[in-house]
Parts: sequence; structure tokens; C-alpha cells
Amino acid sequence: MYSFEPTEEQQMLMEAVGKYAVNDLRAVARDAEEGGVLPAKLVTKGWEIGLLQASIPEIYGGFGERNAVTGVLAVEEMAFGDLAGTLAVLTPSLFATPILLAGSEEQKQTYLPNVIGGEWRPYTAALIEYVFDFDPNALKTAAYESGELFILNGEKAFVPFARDAEAILVYANLAGKTQGFIVPRDAHGLTVSEEREKLMSLNALPMYRVKLDSVKIPASNRLGGASGHDFEPILASMRVASAAAAVGVANAAFEYSMNYAREREAFGVKIAQKQAIAFMLAEMRTEIEASRLLTWEAAWKLDQGKDDACIEAYLAATGAADMAMMVTDRAVQILGGHGYIREHPVEMWMRNGRGFAMFTGLMIV
Amino acid sequence: MPIEFEAPKPVQQTQFVLKTVAEEMMRSHSRYFDEHEHEIPWDYIEFMHTAMKALGPGSLAPKQKGNGHGDNGSEQKEKRPSIAYQVLASQIEMLAWGDVGMYLVTPGGGLGAAAVQAAGTPEQKAKFLARFNEDKPTLAAMCMTEAGAGSDTASIRTRAVLDENTKEWVLNGEKIFVTSGDKAFTEYEKLGKGFIVVWASIDPLAGRAGMRAFVVEAGTPGVRVAKLERKMGIRVSDTAAISLVDARVPYDNILGSPTVEKTTSGFKGAMATFDATRPLVAASGLGVARAALEFLKEKLAENGVAIRYGLPRQKLTSVERDVIDMEIMLKSAWLMVIKAVWMADNQTSNALEASMSKVKAGDVCTRITQKVVEILGPLGYSREFLAEKWFRDAKITDIYEGTGQINRLVVARQILGYSGKELR
Repeated sequence: MYSFEPTEEQQMLMEAVGKYAVNDLRAVARDAEEGGVLPAKLVTKGWEIGLLQASIPEIYGGFGERNAVTGVLAVEEMAFGDLAGTLAVLTPSLFATPILLAGSEEQKQTYLPNVIGGEWRPYTAALIEYVFDFDPNALKTAAYESGELFILNGEKAFVPFARDAEAILVYANLAGKTQGFIVPRDAHGLTVSEEREKLMSLNALPMYRVKLDSVKIPASNRLGGASGHDFEPILASMRVASAAAAVGVANAAFEYSMNYAREREAFGVKIAQKQAIAFMLAEMRTEIEASRLLTWEAAWKLDQGKDDACIEAYLAATGAADMAMMVTDRAVQILGGHGYIREHPVEMWMRNGRGFAMFTGLMIV
Repeated sequence: MPIEFEAPKPVQQTQFVLKTVAEEMMRSHSRYFDEHEHEIPWDYIEFMHTAMKALGPGSLAPKQKGNGHGDNGSEQKEKRPSIAYQVLASQIEMLAWGDVGMYLVTPGGGLGAAAVQAAGTPEQKAKFLARFNEDKPTLAAMCMTEAGAGSDTASIRTRAVLDENTKEWVLNGEKIFVTSGDKAFTEYEKLGKGFIVVWASIDPLAGRAGMRAFVVEAGTPGVRVAKLERKMGIRVSDTAAISLVDARVPYDNILGSPTVEKTTSGFKGAMATFDATRPLVAASGLGVARAALEFLKEKLAENGVAIRYGLPRQKLTSVERDVIDMEIMLKSAWLMVIKAVWMADNQTSNALEASMSKVKAGDVCTRITQKVVEILGPLGYSREFLAEKWFRDAKITDIYEGTGQINRLVVARQILGYSGKELR
């Protein structure tokens, strides 16, 4: 049966996340972006909502089951508040969720209780590389097997909280396949850049380059253990998360510009009463709905283990990235000159909007 | 019920059955009827009528409570939400995948019956709707548009005046763009007696409040099919111009109140019909789009072009990007249709979702069919294949049942909370 109605539990969660997103994240988003600092308290508060904790079974210290649909519903709500804050709150998922999805039993028991067992701590992951032609399925960072060890070489980029990380899940190319490796922060040969990444947006999120120079890790640190794992479902879970965040940011820009258009007068009427503006808003709302539904379906297919789930996640993320660019661009356009001024948030959302084409790897559900 | 995307069993079953119909009865005759405009696809009409009769009344129309079909709809178990609109949208999509023009010729009440359903009294429903389940296939049509009034329906000029002596309505005016108007009005031997629903004003000074719909039976004197339009596409579906000169219609054939009240609720009520039908029109457009996209993918595969899903965009070829973009559009547009009809089935107000689905589908099916012809090049442009026909057929989706622009207005008014006056 088709149904488009979140469960009561999901609705309660969405409400809690939505409140946090608007009252907490949105309230400090601009200052955080300008100052480059997210208040630690804010991240703690987001962590305490328990999105990750609720996706991990009791035997590993959590209190629920992972559900991608719940994940995308929550991520959209949170990103509606602020993207950088959302990514910060969810950074430990980058480490824990792949272990939950693909880790060996030993890895689950070793890491999951630690990650979720207390306060928010910077466990993170490194997928993106600072190269032309970046492709998560053709990484330049290489791993090779040497006896009981894996040896990693390469450089990762955009790694959130890498400087303070307890451990990093590093993705590397092992004989043509992308595989995850759990690398302790103090591993010999691993260096984290002093300077933070300087990007077009997400200034509030501390991200770093991570160099791997013949980093040796025990074979048991390969994600999934000796036989490794399939990267596709992990990538797909990253993609639906990115799609959901794109929908959240787009919806923020849409609502803000719509409210502005309702107030702003020109030629004796509200500009929203002009078809040139009203039609833009109608199309923005329509495209947001289109991306949202495709994202939901992709997440649902992941939960159901459908054959085409990974392709659908790719389609959802690709579509949402285009949609977010279109919608956030129009939001700035509707505010006109004011949209370009940093007193309004729309220019920040537009800078966020462009990023969804390359944010895969920064979030996961 | 939690969020779910599994098509209900009846949807899956009907799609399975209709795929064969679409292939055997429709697709294989698409080209013939495209090139023989105004010939009538009797085989299809008779087959569908027989099939629908066998499947039970209203099998290709949502079951309505007390619809005069004698199926006691009101006594249906209320426990499970209806899925009638979901089934219908899926059927329409599949038939349009076969041939959207031919789908429009599917016997049944169409928009004419929908108007009776929306605005008629129980007696009128009983009187006018029973005929669609009788021995001969029967069609009905809706006459709204005039040469000087398209999207601006409130400015129609057709007049209805009550003859106090005979208690008949006397209709005068010229209607155009009546889908299936010929089959609904002209008395063909192979068809049952149909009707057209004519919109006219009973008080031109009252504007919308004075607008009423009248059921005009096939063959009514003074009414004639003045012209059959020659069209860019959907050629197998007749589009009639109908002239009414002193056409006399029984008093009881007026849908809604015979007196003019101050409110426009009657008109709005009838216009609400479109909330239900817009996602269905969207579904028909998406059937065409799917046909075109599937054809393109077949041709690409035949020629050794694989679509490398999962690659970052900058690594894709132009054709791969186009195909992936088209799949995104098509899938998300279909989900919007399904959501809109799911809401209708659950009796939730879906004016916003219905119009959004139509906006999206209108865009998607025109863009996909245009792109498919482009990518196929000479093969696409040639009449050897159907791609060029789907390109022509698809365009109407963004025009009828509210143009893309009218639906954008509806969406904008909904999201802004504006009246028609506030956002013209």
C-alpha cells in the first residue's frame, strides 16, 4: 500500500528536531558562519535528541533500530534550521552508521557503545579527496595488504572534526574497490592539517585535510573484518542523507523568500501578488515536493533492501542537488539586492545549495 | 500507516493486465490512427467496454458513494481507506503508455460524468450515469471552452434562458475543444446514447455565480458538431467544436440551483472536480513520458550505450546525464501523482498536491519527449518510430485541464493563501 504519512513516533521526532532546528540552530547560524565557531552546548543539545542513539540496537548500547526513512525525515527537519550545525551534530554517525551497516560483530561491540555511550565526541569519517574528478568509487587514497596489516597512503579532504577525532573511518581504494578502514587518531603517519578547510560555506563546521603516509593498521580494522564490505549501501545511505539535507535547506530558503514576498511591496502591491514572483514560488514548492518524495522512496527502498535502492538513492541525491541549487538561487533572486546582503540568510543557503553536488560523504542516515 | 511505496496488490494486478491491452490493442495501432485522423478505433472501444463490464461497474472510474450504479457504494466497509483513485491513476498511466489518444477514447463518462457526479442530485446521477454500464459503449463530454474563453472560464458567453411557458432551458453559444464531443453527441450505431455537459450563464451580470452546467442529450435538435479539429497529436481522440442554436433542454437537466445566489459556491464546487482529475491527467502524460524514455533506453542498449549510474555528474557523458535527469523527473513526478490520488482516496483536501502534480507532469512529459527525439536524432524525428508521435502527444498534457500556468497560479494561491483577487 502507498502511504505518505510518517508514524506517530516519527512525527514526534520530527517535531522535536524541528524545534531544535529553528530555535537553536537557526538562531545562531549566522554568527556561527561568520565567527567560524559552533557553540559546544548547541551540538550537545542536538546530540541529546538521540538520532544516532535511536538507530542502534540495545545490545550495542542504543535504543532502537536503524531506519533510513526516519533518518531522512529527521535530517530534513534539522537542515531546515542550519546545515553546518546539522553536519556537526551528525558527525559521529559518519563513523558509527557504516560500522552498524557493514562492520564485523567485533567492530560493532568495540566501537558502537563508545561512540553513543555518553556525550557527543568527534568520531568522524574521511571520504572526499581534494582532486579533480573526485569519484567515491575510484579513490586516489590507496590501501594495500601487507601480511597482517593494511597500509594506507593518500590525502583526504573535508574531514569534519579531524583534529580532535578519537578515530577516523578512512575510505581508501583497495584493488579498485572502496573500503573503509578504522584509523585511530594517533596512528603513526597520520597527520591532520593545522588549518581548517576554507570553503564557500559551512564555515561553522571545522573540517581538515588528513594525510596518510604509510599508515599501518591491523587487518582487523578493515570495515567488515577480513572479508571487507560492500560500499554501495553505505554510499547510498550517505546519498539519501545528502538529498534530505538538500530538501531541508531548500525548504528553508523557499519559506523565507515566500514570507519576504508577502511583506515586500512594489508598485502598490506585495511582490508575491506578481505572477513573476508567484510562479517562481510555485515552482520552488513543486520541485521541493518532487525531491522530498523521491528521497523518501529511496530511503524506504534501502530499508526494504530493494534491488534498485542504491540507484534510487543516487537519483534522489542527484535530483536534490539540482533542486537545492535552483530553489536557493531563486530565494536570493526574490529578495533582490537584500538577498545578496549577509543580513538575510538566503545567500548562505544559496552557498550551501551549490555544495550538495559534492557533500556526499559528509552525512549519513 | 507508515510511509510506504509498495504499490497495492490491485494496482499491480491491473497494471499487469493492462500492459497486454496497451501493447496489443493500443500501441500496435498507434501509427495507423495517427495517420488516419477522425477514424474511430472501434476494436479498442468495444474491447474496453466488454472488459470493463466484465470487471464490474466503474472499474475504470473511482467508485463514488450512491453513484447510481447500483453497487451500494455507501455500504462499503469503511475500515480500509479506499484505493480507487490510486488504481485509476495507475490504469490511466498504463493505457497512456499504450497510446494516450486512444486512452481518451476509452468508453465511459469522462469529464461529462464527472460534472454530474460533482454537482448533480441523486436523481440526476441515477438518470444520467446508469447508461455507461449498458450493452453499448457510451461516452460523455464536457463543453467549457469557447473561442474567447479558455483558462478564463468565467467569461464564457454561452447563454441559457428559461422558457417559462415550456419550462425548458434554451441554450445558445459556440463551444470548442470538446474532447470526445463527437462520440458523446453524435448518434453512432455502435455507441449508446451519450450526452454533453454544457457550461452556460443563466445571468451574465452575475459572473461566476451565474454559471451552470446543463446535461444535453445526444442528438438534441439545435445542437451540432460544427467541426472536428485537426491536431498536432492525440489525433485518434476527437476534439469537437459544438454549436448550440436555440437548443432546448429539459428543466431538470440543470446541474445545481436554477436560481442565482450571491455566492459562487456552485461554480467552485464544480471546479473542484478538477482537483480530482488533474492528477489523472498528469498520470496520462507520465505514461507517454515513460513510453518515450523506455524506448530511448532500449535503443541506447541496442547500440551498446550503458548508463553508468552512480558516477559523479562531471564524469557522465551528456547522454547519460540526460537519461539520469529524465529518470529523476519521471520518478518524482509519478510519486507526486500517487501522493495526490492517495490524498483523494483518504478524503484529504489535495488542491495543492493535485495542481503541483499537474505542473510537474506537464513539464516532465514535454521535456522528456522532446529530449528523447533529440537524442535519437533522425530515428527520433522519423515517423518510422513512435518517438516523434509521443513528442506530439505529450504536449497537450501541459495545456488541457488547466495549462501549466493556470496550475502555477493555483499552486501559488494555495501556498500564499491568496484569493483569486489577491493573485490574478
